Order: sequence, then structure tokens, then C-alpha cells
Amino acid sequence: MAETVIQAHGLVKRYGELEAVRGIDLEVKGGEIFGFLGPNGAGKSTTISILCTLLTPTAGTARVAGIDVMHDPAGVRQRIGLVFQDPSVDGELTGRENLEFHAFIYSVPAAVRRQRIDEMLELLQLTDRAGSQVRTYSGGMKRRLEIARGMLHEPEVLFLDEPTLGLDPQTRQSIWNHLNELRARKGITIFMTTHYMDEAEYCDRIAIIDRGKIVALGTPDQLKAMVGGDVVTMTSSQPDAAVREITELLGVTPSRENGTLRMEVADGKAFVPRLVRELMAPVDTVTLRRPSLDDVFVKLTGHAIRDEEAGTKDQMRMMGRAWMGRRR
Amino acid sequence: MSAEVAVTPAVPSGVQRAPVDTRLASLRAIYIIWYRDILRFWRDRWRLVASLTQPLLFLVVFGSGLSSSLQGSASFGAGRLSYIQFMYPGIIGMAILFSAIFGAMSIVWDREFGFLKEVLVAPIDRSAVAIGKALGGTTQAMIQGLILLVLAPFVGVKLSLLTVLTMIPLAAVMAFGLSSLGVALASSMKSMQGFQVVINFLMMPMFFLSGALFPLSGLPGWMAVLTRIDPASYGIDPLRRVVLSESGLPSAVIDKLGLTINGQVLPIPVEVGIMLAFGIVMLAIAVISFKRRD
Repeated sequence: MAETVIQAHGLVKRYGELEAVRGIDLEVKGGEIFGFLGPNGAGKSTTISILCTLLTPTAGTARVAGIDVMHDPAGVRQRIGLVFQDPSVDGELTGRENLEFHAFIYSVPAAVRRQRIDEMLELLQLTDRAGSQVRTYSGGMKRRLEIARGMLHEPEVLFLDEPTLGLDPQTRQSIWNHLNELRARKGITIFMTTHYMDEAEYCDRIAIIDRGKIVALGTPDQLKAMVGGDVVTMTSSQPDAAVREITELLGVTPSRENGTLRMEVADGKAFVPRLVRELMAPVDTVTLRRPSLDDVFVKLTGHAIRDEEAGTKDQMRMMGRAWMGRRR
Repeated sequence: MSAEVAVTPAVPSGVQRAPVDTRLASLRAIYIIWYRDILRFWRDRWRLVASLTQPLLFLVVFGSGLSSSLQGSASFGAGRLSYIQFMYPGIIGMAILFSAIFGAMSIVWDREFGFLKEVLVAPIDRSAVAIGKALGGTTQAMIQGLILLVLAPFVGVKLSLLTVLTMIPLAAVMAFGLSSLGVALASSMKSMQGFQVVINFLMMPMFFLSGALFPLSGLPGWMAVLTRIDPASYGIDPLRRVVLSESGLPSAVIDKLGLTINGQVLPIPVEVGIMLAFGIVMLAIAVISFKRRD
């Protein structure tokens, strides 16, 4: 399946003076796992909301599952599954009842209702707990239930907005396993946002978004190739001398981040011995690694993804949720 | 993955799906939204029990207290009707009013906890959401009101089967009118703070002015006007007439205790009509309000 399932052209969303999305073009093919990667406030949620018909764009067009999001939002909604950033399950109902509710409002035919619910519960390993009230579920189970729910009406695309936010690493891993299995079994197209760099590696293709614009688009390997080889970092007690010598002797200009010198080189394995041998300035520590998506992001935007800032923000969100389960 | 596992092929993009009958889809949505409310209502038995305590408190403490001091008062048929008997249908009305408003407020709750989003993004007409919610509230409020009929023997009210059967539709209409009011209010409400405002500045005044606790005759002019504006008045009066018709009081006395406009006693069908019309208007407002928001 290679047909285009999501197509966006020149999407812009303005809130008064603020331009949250500043001209986004993208195409997603059937059966792809497409990741939308960027820091908080980059415009990820706004873009996904436009594609899901929850927001109308200020300018631009988008087609999802062959339908224009502006002309027939209900048609789009019938063909997509949604997993929101914040929980949206009814804690007083059981898992199965939550799915039954969804099957009704999405007009799942009565003849297949029960069978599909059973299948989805099975696929997301919730069969054992299907009869328990959802408020007794863990965070990961609630997420799985929401994924099961989003799949119930057999959508062509499953949209997930930060599906692993606030989950522990093990649970995040299991969510990913489930998403991969869903794709394998159902051939579904998955469009997701995340600000976890490590998670983006699971995607077939990634769009990196910063300040409302896509700054890079490709497979994780293609994006990493943009960094150009390997990443070498070193520390020195005389960093100024080290920078000068590296630039003069080795023909590489290192960048400095919190006392660490960082350079991108074509062949790291050959570079490190030269570095240690030829430098007069003391070399205290050296690391060599393959480039990560973090490096790509830094290279493209000139700043780190501000994980720490995101971390505090998320913590506050989680606290807010614990108090009143509220968004924004 | 074992070889036995059935692989359901995905629906290829662009393939025409069986068209969904939108009217049928709306009916299904109304049903499941109503059913969810009922399910939650039954599951929360504590609330059912707790909801009985307030009417009981009113009847036992308030009712008994005032009964003795009002004994023999001319307006209560010179001793043939006790205050507690007068008040009893009013308390049934109170239970309906309170539970209708609280029931509708679950919309605000759903918004706080995110579930409303799941409902609002569904490919269904928003009017189905408003109607489903109003009917869910109606059913709950009706049950909460009619459950108080079990207290009849304790307050010295005789009920015939006919009385009970007449009260069911009357309670339903009142519950519908007030639930629709609640849904209309909740549909545009963003936070729980607004909920407090509704309770203090709308629900409580509606209760006090509804004729639940005192006859609506011989009131000061301004208050008489307010009681006639109060939609709950038109729900409680028919309930009281039906209950009192069993008490053996002359109908002239019953009429004197009831709701009048310009000195004219309103017949029960007119009161029911007013309540029903009020409910439909409120529901229409709720539908518009639901359709408008993102």
C-alpha cells in the first residue's frame, strides 16, 4: 500500500498575533508510522488537531483518508481513530463498557460489535481486566484502552498525541510494541506526536518541527546522516587551547556546550587516536558515538530540545491532572 | 504471532464505506449516552441512599416541627390536613429538582475529566449529545422523586394505585423540564466554579420559591411574581393536587393551596403543557450551545 493517506499543504494556524503553525506541508503513505517530533509549543498538537478536524486552519488545505478536513469533518472523523494527550476514558465504567459506548457513537454495526471489542481487548491485552472499572487501571492500561477504543471503528489512520507522555519507560516500550503489532495486523497508518527523541526512532519517517515549521523530514537514518558521521565529545582543563589546536591541526571546528567540546567527524574511530596524540592541551575525557536524533535537532535548530523545561512542564501537567484531570 | 491468528485486512484508503444513516446514528448515540448515565447512576448506590437523607431530613425535622405549630391553621383545611402532608409532594418535587440539576451537571464533570471530548469528536450530531444527556437526567430525577413514594405511610399520606400511576408521567415531565434547564446551563459552563453559582443562585431560590414548602397564595406581590416565574412551581403543583385528592379534602380547599394566575386555578394539563414547553425550549438552547462550541 503506497497511496497517500494524509496530505497537508501550506497549513497555517494563527491565534491573534501568535503564529502556532507557519506553513506545514507533508504527505503520509498508507501503513506508515509517521512521527511528529519537536519540543513543547512547536506546533505539534495544533497540527494534529487540524488533521483531526478539531481545529480549522487559518490557511492551507489537508486531506485525510481521501477526504478534505474542511469540507467533511464528520467523514474524516468516521475514518480516523484518536488518542488524546490527556485521558478521556470514563473511570466509572468498565473497560468493556467504555468500548461499547464508543462502538455505539461510531455506528459500529451490531453484528460485529462484540467480536471487534473482544478482538481489540485481546490485542491490547486487556481481556482479563475488561470487567473492572477503569479507575482501577494503571496509566499504561488506560492508554491501551484508549488505543483499543480508537481502533474499534476500523479507522484508516490512528492519530496519537503524545501517547506515552507521563508513562514509565517500560510502559512506553509496551505501548510501542502494541502499536507495531497493530500496524502489522491491521495495516493501519499511524500518525503520532512526541517530544521524546528516543521514541522517534521507532517511526518509519519523522518530521522535525520547530517554531511552527518542519525543519527536516525523512527516515531516522536519513536524518541522522544529516549530522555527517560520528559525534565526538571531549573535555579539557584548557578548553580554549584545545579549541584552537583542534581547529588548526585537525581541521574541525568544535562547538562548546557547558564546558564540553563537541564535533562531528566523518570517521570517529580514526579521529579519536589523532585527537589524543596530536593535542598539546590536556584531554581529560573523550566519547565517541553514533549521532542521535538529539544531535539532528541541535544541528538543525541550533538549540537542544529543552527536555528539562519540558520535564517541569509535564510534571506540572501531571500534577494538574492528578488534581482535576484537566487540560491546559 | 501464530499462524492461526486471523488477519483482518485494513480498509484501503478511499474505498467507499457503507453510508451511515445519520438519523439512526443519532438515535443510537442518544441511547448510549442515556444508558451510560443510568449505568453510572445504578453503580453509584451510595448516592442513591445519600440522596434520600435530605428529603427525609426535611420531612422529619422541618415537617414535624412546623406541623405542630401550624396545627389547625385555616389554610390547611382547619386541621384536616397536616403540614407534613402538605409538604410531602413538595419534597418529592425537591428531589426531582435537585437531582435534575445535579444530573445535568455531570456534563461539567465529564469536561473536567476529559470524557466529553470523546463524545464531542464522534461523528454524530451534537443535538444527540444534548438530548441523550437531558433524557439521562430525566430518568434519574424521576427515579429519585418517585422513590420517595415509599415514605407515604410514614407521613400519613394514603396513595392509591391510580395516584401512583398518575404521578409517574407528572414526575417525568417535571424531571424533563428541569433536566433540560440543567443541560442548557451546563453546556456552556467551563468549570466547577460555575456549578456552585448555579446551585446557590438558581437551584436554591427555585426550590424556595416553588411552593414546595408553603402555599403560593396570599404572598406579597413581588414574591408572587417570582413564584410564578419559577418553572419548578408548575411541576410541584400538579404533584400536590394528585396527592391531596386522596386526602378527602374538599376541592375548594385544595384549589386554595394551589397555583393560581390572576386568581384563576390552573388545570393540571395546562401546567404540564407549560413544563413541557419550558423543557423543549431549554433543550433547544442546549442543542444550539453544544453545536456552537469546539
